[in-house]
Amino acid sequence: MRPFRYERAADEPGAVVAVAQPGAKFLGGGTNLVDLMRLGVESPSLLVDVTRLPLDRIELREDGGLRIGAGVRNSELAADSRIRERYPALAEALLAGASGQLRNLATTAGNLMQRTRCSYFQDVTMPCNKRIPGSGCPAIEGEHHNLAILGHSEHCVATHPSDLAVALAAFDATVRVVSPEGARDIPLVEFHRLPGDEPQRDTVLGAGDLIVAVDLPALPLAALSRYRKVRERASFAFALVSVAAALEVADGRVVDVRIAFGGLAHRPWRAAVAEDVLRGEVAGPEAFAAAADAELAAARPLRDNAYKVNLARAALVQTLEELAA
Amino acid sequence: MDRVAPEIAGVSLRINGEQHALELDTRTSLLDLLRERLGLTGTKKGCDHGQCGACTVLVDGRRANACLLLAVTLDGAHVTTIEGLADGDELHPLQAAFVAQDGFQCGYCTPGQICSAAGMLAEVEAGWPSHATADVAEAPALDADEIRERMSGNICRCGAYPNIVAAIAEAAGL
Repeated sequence: MRPFRYERAADEPGAVVAVAQPGAKFLGGGTNLVDLMRLGVESPSLLVDVTRLPLDRIELREDGGLRIGAGVRNSELAADSRIRERYPALAEALLAGASGQLRNLATTAGNLMQRTRCSYFQDVTMPCNKRIPGSGCPAIEGEHHNLAILGHSEHCVATHPSDLAVALAAFDATVRVVSPEGARDIPLVEFHRLPGDEPQRDTVLGAGDLIVAVDLPALPLAALSRYRKVRERASFAFALVSVAAALEVADGRVVDVRIAFGGLAHRPWRAAVAEDVLRGEVAGPEAFAAAADAELAAARPLRDNAYKVNLARAALVQTLEELAA
Repeated sequence: MDRVAPEIAGVSLRINGEQHALELDTRTSLLDLLRERLGLTGTKKGCDHGQCGACTVLVDGRRANACLLLAVTLDGAHVTTIEGLADGDELHPLQAAFVAQDGFQCGYCTPGQICSAAGMLAEVEAGWPSHATADVAEAPALDADEIRERMSGNICRCGAYPNIVAAIAEAAGL
């Protein structure tokens, strides 16, 4: 690991000023960043520790939604009674991620900022356009069974590893960011990027931006929601495919629905096409399958990951059937 | 590789009840601080990537991977390692249960398993749900499935899992 200076930020303005120094990065729980530094993937010359900022609370908002402080640990967020009762898929997503130890460290903002677990990105002896732009993407012809089927490019086929972000994408969350220019709110579904020809940019954030909170709207239908994660072992593994869904049914028909997929793309994949297909339809397996097919018509599987199309379809249909039951 | 001088920073923290004021290379993990600087070798280094759980300790009462924690971030923290769990010669109930249930073979993962289980039982006590909890809105009830899920961050290469689960269940009074 390369030597680095360490500063503990006392307040938000101080954090933003400190991170403007060359080679500086924010440090949250460190569960991904410290590992990437050890692997040589990241080599900051200054770490600005933002875990002592007063961003560790979950507060009720005037509109009935919740403001989740950027520093709230994943385990505390999953244990919050308001999250468990009003947004159960969000608690389920958190609890499906990582391990108990890691969830005690990992922060809300850090979860959104974690990097892909593509094996080529994490191996500094290999080319990777995300790590070294222009060096190439060995995953396209190589080991890619767990990589993207939607929204990828000739430059990068990585997936975003977060479970939390998938539930946040389904629930219309926004990310609150401060910078020297002031504060702004970014819809979660626009926060992460598709790779295009700049796969080194995971998100739309600029260099001096500090995430201070994630806001959840009131969204009553989220009270009936599920997160389903399919993985290669029963626990402590990244998703092959995951689904966050909320469903409201009246008189047998779909009144409203929210769907997002994980494990399929460079960002959480909000399934707006499937949602449009479902609204007003009879809530049942036929409509659920038609909605999944409509969304996944855009899939462009790689050589070894076409299985994800069927898996995503089955996961969505089963999740919606559970919610409709 | 070009040589760059290390950066040094101060940190003051309490480990197993003893206060330490230290000047450290900022790259020092809590795990390396414990083992290499303070001689507390009960905490083990397995993968050094947060994947195996052998380095699990309690930080301010919460279980955490010591390999991923930079020691300089822990100013003011209270750390408990396997050496700090027992009350003098009186084993911690989890330590006694691991002995009684033969919850290990080689023993390398055991300190991490025991510290993790101590943190885990406190999480259950606080009403935290897990992936094995059928309804996350309800208070969880500890059983073998809950123990397995909640302990998935601790790997045992010997495969002593059945006895590890039995030991934790015994300590939890199941």
